[in-house]
Amino acid sequence: MKVGVLALQGDFREHVAASQSCGYEATEVRRVEELESVDSLILPGGESTTIIKLAEHFNLFASIQKKIREGMPVYGSCAGMILLADRIIDGIEGQKSFGGLDVTVRRNAFGRQVDSFESDLTFNGTLLHAVFIRAPWVEEIGADVEVLSTAAEHPVAVRQGNLLATSFHPELTADLAVHRYFFEEICTGR
Amino acid sequence: MTESTGTARVKRGMAEMLKGGVIMDVVNAEQAKIAEEAGACAVMALERVPADIRAQGGVARMSDPDMIEKIQAAVKIPVMAKVRIGHFVEAQIIESLNVDYIDESEVLTPADYTNHIDKWKFKIPFVCGATNLGEALRRINEGAAMIRSKGEAGTGDVSNAMMHMRTIGAEIRRLSSLREDELYVAAKELQAPYALVKEVAETGKLPVVLFTAGGIATPADAALMMQMGADGVFIGSGIFKSGNPAQRAAACVKATTFYQDAKVLAQASRGLGEAMVGINVADIPAPHRLAERGW
Repeated sequence: MKVGVLALQGDFREHVAASQSCGYEATEVRRVEELESVDSLILPGGESTTIIKLAEHFNLFASIQKKIREGMPVYGSCAGMILLADRIIDGIEGQKSFGGLDVTVRRNAFGRQVDSFESDLTFNGTLLHAVFIRAPWVEEIGADVEVLSTAAEHPVAVRQGNLLATSFHPELTADLAVHRYFFEEICTGR
Repeated sequence: MTESTGTARVKRGMAEMLKGGVIMDVVNAEQAKIAEEAGACAVMALERVPADIRAQGGVARMSDPDMIEKIQAAVKIPVMAKVRIGHFVEAQIIESLNVDYIDESEVLTPADYTNHIDKWKFKIPFVCGATNLGEALRRINEGAAMIRSKGEAGTGDVSNAMMHMRTIGAEIRRLSSLREDELYVAAKELQAPYALVKEVAETGKLPVVLFTAGGIATPADAALMMQMGADGVFIGSGIFKSGNPAQRAAACVKATTFYQDAKVLAQASRGLGEAMVGINVADIPAPHRLAERGW
């Protein structure tokens, strides 16, 4: 399996490194041809508005939406969660997303940078240390969405079919549990 | 669940999220909107861009909290603000406004010609300028969570930013080539703490994100800095002192992502109208060069 990491802006290098640490070939994706060459996609942390603008300008927007519809496994962390959400609260006016994940996400829900924090939490039954930076949370979930982690009484890790999203940044810690879950539970057979 | 805020990891992690992006100087809410719309990953709120500070002279200080709050209300992307070197009370005030990052900046008039701010005392992260590796490591030792090469702000002349990026890169490469028992003297020569020098020698990079700043005015300048190893770009006067700010801002964002693709860069460079006029750094008398502020 070849893992693609959307490399328009943000901490994509850390996701490439985490994927490689899990033993997978990983590559940066900036254009449609590169998207066509990968079996799964990671949307990194960064600024969601910046990433969407660049994706639209370089014709990646529709291609990524199509891949999501066709069932490509996609994992988004932080900004990546916003990009996967069907509905966004507190975004810029008319903020777009690739969508696919039947959730409502609140951008910067935990507050500004002074409120950014790290904390232990449970992910799918196992304990891990999570880093939240100007993080979103999930406000409402659809019937098919499974909650894998909760913080401040809101879902912060969710899965729906082949889509996985976390409010926090496992790529900033040495703990590979979330990446392994994505590769082993969602990407299997690819 | 025990939560910790203001840790080195969340401060440095915030800078990780800005990577591959452009941080733009803005002086009002309208400019901040233009920057956000163009794809800026953050804005720097200040009263006068460096080119105007240079032209008008006088003492340059932190911005009016009213002005900063208007910009915070106008955009969803992170908002940064500048304080004078060593002016820890300006930093306390800016922190109380819940700004996302503080720039302890040589662009403003220094408040202390000996000491920088003890940045560990703050929950909010700081970015500081550096012209060489020793200066970068001294700032990190004081708690800076992000470094930017200084360049020469407000000139539109990229040569100093280039020199600073080359210097920092060359000094890191040199450390990586030294024997372990030579790092003590290297630390002495760099006037930097041994532990940080050893860390850089081992990892071959700074322990925090390295952006570049000072004199960047075109998409080609932004891409040049990215090819020199910058993690991202600050553009100060270059955007809103040009003929068509919205278009130039969007072009610089594209160039920072596709910095290795000459075709995209050529496309981004077309029809941008007038660039900021600019001043050659060589024509600025030495006492007025901002990059030399910092110790």
